[in-house]
Amino acid sequence: MSNWKSHNSGFMNNIILVPFEKTGKFALYTVDELGSIAIYMWESLISIPEYFINFENLIDQIIFIGMDSFYVVGLTGLFTGMVLSLQAYYAAKIVGVTYMIGPTVALSMVRELGPVLTALMITARCGSSMASEIGTMKVTEQIDALEVMAVDPYYFLSVPRILAAMAMLPVMAVLCSLIGIIGGYVVYVYFLGLNHVTYIEKIYQYIKLSDIYNGLLKSVFFGAILAVISTFKGFQTTGGAKGVGRFTTQAVVLSSVYILFADYLLTSILF
Amino acid sequence: MIILEGLSKSFNGVKVLDNLNIEFGDKQITVVIGRSGGGKSVMLKHIIGLMKPDSGKVLIGGIDINALKKKELNEIRKKFGMVFQDGALLDSLTVFENTAFPLRRHLKLSEKEIKDRVFSVLEDVGLKGQDKKMPSEISGGMRKRVGVARALILNPEIMLFDEPTTGLDPVMSDVINNLIISMHNKFKFTGIIISHDISGAFKTGDIIAMLYDGRIIESGAPEEFRNSANPVVKQFITGSMEGPILI
Ligand SMILES: Nc1ncnc2c1ncn2[C@@H]1O[C@H](COP(=O)(O)OP(=O)(O)OP(=O)(O)O)[C@@H](O)[C@H]1O
Ligand SMILES: [Mg+2]
Repeated sequence: MSNWKSHNSGFMNNIILVPFEKTGKFALYTVDELGSIAIYMWESLISIPEYFINFENLIDQIIFIGMDSFYVVGLTGLFTGMVLSLQAYYAAKIVGVTYMIGPTVALSMVRELGPVLTALMITARCGSSMASEIGTMKVTEQIDALEVMAVDPYYFLSVPRILAAMAMLPVMAVLCSLIGIIGGYVVYVYFLGLNHVTYIEKIYQYIKLSDIYNGLLKSVFFGAILAVISTFKGFQTTGGAKGVGRFTTQAVVLSSVYILFADYLLTSILF
Repeated sequence: MIILEGLSKSFNGVKVLDNLNIEFGDKQITVVIGRSGGGKSVMLKHIIGLMKPDSGKVLIGGIDINALKKKELNEIRKKFGMVFQDGALLDSLTVFENTAFPLRRHLKLSEKEIKDRVFSVLEDVGLKGQDKKMPSEISGGMRKRVGVARALILNPEIMLFDEPTTGLDPVMSDVINNLIISMHNKFKFTGIIISHDISGAFKTGDIIAMLYDGRIIESGAPEEFRNSANPVVKQFITGSMEGPILI
């Protein structure tokens, strides 16, 4: 495979081949990693039926992902809604349709920004801590200790996190969208001085129940993605404190990228 | 009876265990000594199925544990207690909850029974009154003792100790060694201790074995072992720089 390197020192060869070699390696790595994630997911999920008997640790995780993320998600929604309202105003006033600002804000929030921004914020906040917590347990042999005590670490650590994320992301996304719509309203009425009745009326007129359902469905997927990848990266951790940092970063970056990728995929299927 | 049969294991092409054979007798304490990085922890992890050998067998009561399914392996693991090199306590739980952890997992006991058993073991290991502390709030020696308490709580048939005295001062080392001896007298487990603390080994071991170059090069009762003709063993016992062990 590296024959061309040894007898052909050609600079051109390098320029031409290196990108392919890099791309190929990256592709192989990605496929390999996706395979491992799939196996990991399967191994975690087969213990779910057993899990439904105990539900241990689930409440802690629900509080952590839900209640504790309230401010982060709320602020994100608020500012996003406000800025959307402003931006929409500049476009809408040109063609004289400022009454469409409400639906623009609401549809963007409910269909897209609510679920995605919530997922990204919760990845940053909870995905990172899932990865570092499990990663630390891995490097300090706590995971080994669980196994020795005949406790399945996937059952004990992954399942509650994955289930809690899948349950809480839709709730938090709704919250984010709702606060965003309120933020938009504040700008619409108090800063732009427009009529508050039209804002709400038009939203009712243009938003469909399916917009909300689809947004919720997306959130469930995002929750699964961020929790599966973050816990997976935690279990992969090796190499002491430095390793914990490295794998935590990987968890956040990889989760974010897969969330955005899944967003595109789901949007093209659902809407 | 635990038998390791022709166990070999390599990491990245480096042989750590190389056709290792040893038998651990029931109710006996076997101390395995060897150089740092010599593969002692790796051997121990094979016994409890945390690592799988490249070749060879781990037989526990005649059962090859690497042929078992996860559920079956877990049944076998319930017979074991293991004390990790650095304690490996669950750092989100208190000393009490760490010790109670295997009880809550595997037995259906009332809160009162759990309390009684946990307090009694904590007293055995000399940690009375420390039950509300978090692992980060106690010393290394105490963490090891909590590790011992947690490992003992299910009255296991087999106890594995990975360097129970390394990193402790001589007095605390002696405390731990005496603790192992008294626990052994009380609970009569089969003990496997990994150590490079020679004097501790002679004190606690019924059998002493030396792991070198990936295999067991000598094993026997303390007196036999002390009089071994093997130059490697001699050098290790005297702790001399002169000899066949390459640095
Ligand atoms: N998971 C692993 N991956 C790669 N190499 C490993 C792994 N575990 C152990 N090793 C290697 O195997 C060798 C033996 O390690 P081991 O931990 O068994 O040593 P030890 O005898 O317990 O040493 P110490 O007394 O210092 O604890 C070391 O060279 C180590 O680098
Ligand atoms: Mg070791």
